[in-house]
Amino acid sequence: MSAHDDTQHGHDDAHGHDDLGIHATFGGYMTGFVLAVILTIIPFWVVMAKVFEKSSSAAVVILGLAAVQIVVHMIYFLHMNTKSEGGWNMLALVFTIVLVLITLSGSIWIMYHLNDNMMPLMNPANLP
Amino acid sequence: MLPMAGAPTQPLEFHVTSETHPPNGTLLGFWVYLMSDCLVFACLFAAYGVLGRQFAGGPTAAEVLEIPTVALNTALLLLSSITYGFAVLEMQRDRQSPMLGWLVVTGLLGLGFLTIELREFAHLISIGAGPQRSAFLSSFFTLVGTHGLHVTTGILWMIVLIIQVLKKGLITANKRRLMCLSMFWHFLDVVWVGVFSFVYLMGVLP
Amino acid sequence: MLAHPDLTKLIFGRLTLEALPLHVPIVLGTFAVVALGGLVLVGALTYFKLWGYLWREWFTSIDHKRIGIMYMILGFVMLLRGFADAVMMRAQQAISFGDNMGYLPPEHYDQIFTAHGVIMIFFVAMPMVTGMMNFVMPLQIGARDVAFPFLNNFSFWMTVAGALLVMASLFIGEFARTGWLAYPPLSDIVSSPDAGVDYYIWALQIAGVGTLLSGINLLVTIVKMRAPGMTLMRMPVFTWTALCTNVLIVAAFPVLTAALALLALDRYAGTNFFTTELGGNAMMYVNLIWIWGHPEVYILVLPVFGIFSEVTATFSRKPLFGYTSMVYASVVITVLSYLVWLHHFFTMGSGASVNSFFGITTMIISIPTGAKIFNWLFTMYRGRVEFEVPMMWTVAFMVTFVIGGMTGVLLAVPPADFSLHNSLFLIAHFHNVIIGGVVFGLFAGIYYWFPKAFGFRLEPFWGKCAFWFWVVGFYFAFMPLYMLGLMGVTRRLSHFNDPALQIWFVAAAFGAFLILLGIGSQIMQFAVSFKNREALRDVTGDPWNGRTLEWSTSSPPPKYNFAFTPLVHDHDAWWMMKKHRYQRPLDGFVPIHMPSNTGAGIILAGLSFVFGFAMIWYMWLLAAVSFAALLLTAIAHTFNYHRDYYLSADEVRRVEASRTELLARHV
Repeated sequence: MSAHDDTQHGHDDAHGHDDLGIHATFGGYMTGFVLAVILTIIPFWVVMAKVFEKSSSAAVVILGLAAVQIVVHMIYFLHMNTKSEGGWNMLALVFTIVLVLITLSGSIWIMYHLNDNMMPLMNPANLP
Repeated sequence: MLPMAGAPTQPLEFHVTSETHPPNGTLLGFWVYLMSDCLVFACLFAAYGVLGRQFAGGPTAAEVLEIPTVALNTALLLLSSITYGFAVLEMQRDRQSPMLGWLVVTGLLGLGFLTIELREFAHLISIGAGPQRSAFLSSFFTLVGTHGLHVTTGILWMIVLIIQVLKKGLITANKRRLMCLSMFWHFLDVVWVGVFSFVYLMGVLP
Repeated sequence: MLAHPDLTKLIFGRLTLEALPLHVPIVLGTFAVVALGGLVLVGALTYFKLWGYLWREWFTSIDHKRIGIMYMILGFVMLLRGFADAVMMRAQQAISFGDNMGYLPPEHYDQIFTAHGVIMIFFVAMPMVTGMMNFVMPLQIGARDVAFPFLNNFSFWMTVAGALLVMASLFIGEFARTGWLAYPPLSDIVSSPDAGVDYYIWALQIAGVGTLLSGINLLVTIVKMRAPGMTLMRMPVFTWTALCTNVLIVAAFPVLTAALALLALDRYAGTNFFTTELGGNAMMYVNLIWIWGHPEVYILVLPVFGIFSEVTATFSRKPLFGYTSMVYASVVITVLSYLVWLHHFFTMGSGASVNSFFGITTMIISIPTGAKIFNWLFTMYRGRVEFEVPMMWTVAFMVTFVIGGMTGVLLAVPPADFSLHNSLFLIAHFHNVIIGGVVFGLFAGIYYWFPKAFGFRLEPFWGKCAFWFWVVGFYFAFMPLYMLGLMGVTRRLSHFNDPALQIWFVAAAFGAFLILLGIGSQIMQFAVSFKNREALRDVTGDPWNGRTLEWSTSSPPPKYNFAFTPLVHDHDAWWMMKKHRYQRPLDGFVPIHMPSNTGAGIILAGLSFVFGFAMIWYMWLLAAVSFAALLLTAIAHTFNYHRDYYLSADEVRRVEASRTELLARHV
């Protein structure tokens, strides 16, 4: 390595573009964009046109599409793959997703139980 | 290749004689930061999930949330994502001026998003549906507001970066910063997908 | 003051002269002592012209070793403060029976137990653990510094800023009276309108920024900067536990930030997250804070498990037994620590299904921990164990921690928890694991790595005194609390009516007194060792016949750690180098790329302190100004592109030659 003769340069300049990691393409961004638009329009249409009778079915569709759209954003905009940064990016992401799910579902589960047990009057079914 | 351990006949090398540079960790570090930010949002989503139906006799989500406004805002944010993508493509080709141009467009779209969001907030407060009114509104304002605060930070960062690129050009350090901001900006999009789905669309369901 | 009341309010907020505790003699006395001590320190520094040296070589240093040492010093200073609180509580509880109300009024006593908890966890254990990882980990992986050297300095000073806010609350206003986790509704603006809870919130938020950034920094360091050949399964166990801990920090501290931010919004903006009206739900705060709180205890204890692993292997003269199982146990603990948080509030009223789920996960987490204990025991088995002071701490840990672990599993049974919750049994349990685990481990680590950090060993006589005072004192102080807890005594009481309980509290106070002697011995140990440093000098760099890479450097290591980056073939890298009769290279040095010192970290942290203080006292003008200044300074710092320099090959040759000479003189 010949880095020691250019002492003017810091670490950043002495080393090439290779550690930026990703190589983005026009096609990739456009694919992501088109998919994202479609995945956004459907849930808005579901709600605005009142497609489903039952709220729960609409909710399932919305959440499902949101999950798909998040994956699309991750792949096409955030350039996630199993190789970037030696797989550490993906590992961190998977770990975070697990924790986010634990935090969300755990909190909602626990707090639902607490409400149910400790404030029975809030649930109309428990009224005398 | 390294010599195998445990082969005593062959003398082992125990140090590197040339200068070594560990790979730069900025992008990984920033990604890890985003993951931690993700958990901040997870808590705010959890708060909304728990408190989002506690209207306390005040306005309900269906009454105050306007889906067309959100649709417009979502469109602006999605567009800003693709324009940032174009900026990254220009950056890869080392074309500074078009890159800056797309960055400005992205920033303006972000500003548009913020303006609409702030008008929505102002409207809600003016009709007595401010964050103090009920636990639902507290968690709504905090979650959406925190996202908005991130967008504001992103725009501020964009301005700083534009100045830095103008001063220093597209050097590796600046490219790395542009990639960090790219991750930040697209990450905000991901969060917004959660916000419009979980808060707005599911909020107005009967 | 100023003539115009509005202007006064704009500048001083709600801070008035009444906020100074001029009417509380205890605080006034403390203030006098602290002020006097401070004056003497400042005077001495000025007299010996040390300010410039401190600023250039320490405060602005981005050297991970110096920052690590500064973290340890911060932790030790705060330990003195936190322990003073402990002694005051023990004294109060020992005398406050029947007609005797003790010497502390309840509102003062409540501040003391809150401050004790906050300080011990956030400003003693956290800085010490972070400091230990900062100092040791880069050396163990053969790196020259951490991934982001400036951030490291900034993180440290943010922690200091948080600690200073807690200290400021002693003399300006008051601290929270809510317990160390500040549960609402007690901590909301209606029940705690004064500045105490705000001190708590801002101190933790500011220190939290530092903790999070240092977590990211150390995590990336381990991932990116390991010496060539050091695969994941060749990392020393301490580095492995540091990796797990930093993953936990990055994943848990955002939750604390969010929970405290919501509490702050309730207090400052009138929102209704945790209030008792308009749909707020205080239990949500308890839920969120423990999602952080439970991983936090593993953040503290995992690195300490790493320390014990290093110490046990070194002083048993054997490779660690079950390296792989040790690694997997750490990883399993990391993941499981997110699935147990509800056991802190079994009694809050979740149903049987929720409680049994979290009860069972809690019991499961004791399995990997138990596996670790067996690994240490088997490492010692048939080893040539040398009972140096670090090894003594390790043995004491194994005995004490097992007791604490078993009472923990007992508490994990929800029906048992219903009668033991918030009793002194719980207090005894967590002191049992935190003192018996974290504190003993940190002391083992300090004694073990002290020669590496300062170039001379610690004096063993006072070390052994400290050990015996601490261990015996610990048992005296906390075994009675188990008994009291079983009798149903709850925590946080400043007065008791039943005189039959007094004897237990007196025994506990005696234990605290023994620990005081232990801390005194430690201070003596530092003083005596410093005085005899020439006799205790470690010239080899490897005083314990160690196994990992940090022992291959000189003591203290040069700025650049390694003149040549090591190549690693085994997880006991240095042991293997010694086995192969490794010769230090004496020439062929190349320039070394180094980060430059910077004052930006301390300036940013100083501004954060001002901002936090202004927010606490509602000084909106100052808050706005300091926030703007903070933002501008941070942005200005990003315009600095030249953050590094090259240390010339001649300089490296000079440093290495002086070591060669030193080694030659002491063969």
